[in-house]
Amino acid sequence: MDKKPPNRPPEEPESAGIPAPDGPANLIDTDYVIGQDNITTSTMGVNLDLHGKVFTISSILVLLFVILTLALQDTIAPIYDAVFSFLTGNLAWFFILAANVFVILCLGLIISPLGKIRIGGADAKPDFTYVGWFSMLFAAGMGIGLMFFGVNEPLTHFGTSFDGGSWAPLAGAEGDAAGAAALGMAATIFHWGLHPWAIYAVVALSLALFSFNKGLPLSMRSVFYPILGERVWGWPGHLIDILAVFATLFGLATSLGLGATQAAAGLTYLFGAPESDITMILLIIGITIIAICSILAGVDKGVQLLSKINIAMAAVLLFFVIAVGPTLLIATGFFENLLNYFVHLPALSNPFGREDANFSQGWTAFYWAWWISWSPYVGMFIARVSRGRTVREFLVSVLLVPSVISVLWMTTFGGTAIDQYVSQGIEAVRNAGVDLQLFMMLEQLPLSQITSFVAILLVIIFFVTSSDSGSLVIDSITAGGKVDAPKPQRVFWAIIEGAIAIALLLGGGLTALQTMAVSTGFPFTIILLVACYAIIKGLMSEPKAV
Amino acid sequence: MFKNIMVPVDLAHLEVLEPALSIVADLAKQYDAHITYVSVTANTPTSVARTPQEYEQKLDAFAQSRHQVHGQPVSIKVYSSTDPVANVDKQLVDAVEETGADLVMMATHLPRHLDIIMPSHGGKVATHTDASVFLIRVP
Repeated sequence: MDKKPPNRPPEEPESAGIPAPDGPANLIDTDYVIGQDNITTSTMGVNLDLHGKVFTISSILVLLFVILTLALQDTIAPIYDAVFSFLTGNLAWFFILAANVFVILCLGLIISPLGKIRIGGADAKPDFTYVGWFSMLFAAGMGIGLMFFGVNEPLTHFGTSFDGGSWAPLAGAEGDAAGAAALGMAATIFHWGLHPWAIYAVVALSLALFSFNKGLPLSMRSVFYPILGERVWGWPGHLIDILAVFATLFGLATSLGLGATQAAAGLTYLFGAPESDITMILLIIGITIIAICSILAGVDKGVQLLSKINIAMAAVLLFFVIAVGPTLLIATGFFENLLNYFVHLPALSNPFGREDANFSQGWTAFYWAWWISWSPYVGMFIARVSRGRTVREFLVSVLLVPSVISVLWMTTFGGTAIDQYVSQGIEAVRNAGVDLQLFMMLEQLPLSQITSFVAILLVIIFFVTSSDSGSLVIDSITAGGKVDAPKPQRVFWAIIEGAIAIALLLGGGLTALQTMAVSTGFPFTIILLVACYAIIKGLMSEPKAV
Repeated sequence: MFKNIMVPVDLAHLEVLEPALSIVADLAKQYDAHITYVSVTANTPTSVARTPQEYEQKLDAFAQSRHQVHGQPVSIKVYSSTDPVANVDKQLVDAVEETGADLVMMATHLPRHLDIIMPSHGGKVATHTDASVFLIRVP
């Protein structure tokens, strides 16, 4: 490995040899200086500070994929599909097994003495309040998914279990409404509970540990330091970072495009807005503009503020549905579903010899690949705002608390919809498309005009909170792990996201490219398994907190 | 007239600050003022330091080396932030209060169109503090 001389400012060579303080953290001894491979330039009054290789190659790659997808849609979409079907079909066991490893590692760390170690060193103080911190990690992590799948997924699993057939989770519960509801809820919570949050937690904890405690740049490659050593600053590291940019950018852009389609459907349904390309493009532009304002205001005043507003509104909607919906059913259902989840957990998370191939491959493996492909972005963002927390505090807040909230959310929205169908015989929700099911469910409750409006607003703001934190993450990776790169760069990434979403929306290929983005879940599963090793190794070498 | 001059510095861009620093030294000697060098750094590793503590040590070393040059009393103050690029203006305004500075001297760039969306740090600080602000245009 060629070590380049550190490009420290010439004015202060006498201070370069000062060792880092003892005690609070155990820095990794490396000569790499953050930003040493960066290109700094100033064009038209705009300063730039970018990692030459990571920025250039990921930009070219992104452009290439967009053009290919637009130009050769009919040829290339089946290829993306085939890759993805191969991965989830043949490697479902690998995704399911790996996700179990992540959950066990996180739970193990919570109870182990390593949980006492503090991110950022023994004396580090948290930068954010619990409310602000939690709002950000929830808004970035799965807020938007909960809006769309909170009604859809419990109802779908209930349906397949009740009707019987090859898509039912486990053995199904044909003809048994109560059993099907229990199984449907357990299966949904399985996909939105401990496993996805453990995936995020592994990435976030490893990045936070290697950045704040070990002094490495805030970038995916740093996690590989225990294995690759100084080679992470070369091509192996570049590849990991480029893959992270690819997954994050396409994950965000395609879900922004598809989300705009869904939000437009909601607007059409509620206000009769024309369901045209113009509506969707205006939505994407609007979301991008708010996201740009948010990233210019920064993490504290922009992203944190929006996330808090978002979570507060979501909480109001949640408690409103609990209050005016089947309150008692939701209250008892919460505990029943929690219990059902734990009862079915061993069978649902079993990677081998599954009889419900459609469910375990088409749903579970798909979800795991999806969460994992999002994990570089969500994990990196969570890492950035988690300095000052102990490992135990971090894992309880990133793993257990969000899982419990997911259970409550799914019980409330899914449980209410199932109840509407089973007890009241209302079929409208079940028959509606995915993007309208939430609104159909709300329509059966009082004040549906207001709640539907709040719901659509929530969807839009959740997209903003994904877009802004995503742009910050991509900017940091393409700036070689710098979080203090010039502001115009983050604006650039937010605009690119919106532009790709619009291009694919008009030219077609949103779903195709999303499939490709989710396929990156496979290489990232391997990266995450390495991260598990790195976490343990990194934590073992930390001085014990007092 | 001036007893305590606050000088925001970014150790990553010292070469740009050099002309401004010598003017600070001249003015400090003129008024026999104390100089406080202030930095806002990321709490993640940066090109200058791998922890905020290390940054503080380097800024201290920098301040001492400036003291050798101009002989005026010096002190330092480092703020670490999750998002220094976005928070630097607010932190500097707070720093004026905390250090009790009566004059802020900082380097700034020439006016440009982009200032409408992203104003210069110097301009922003000047409009949010009661202390005198001396912006030194670095050509």
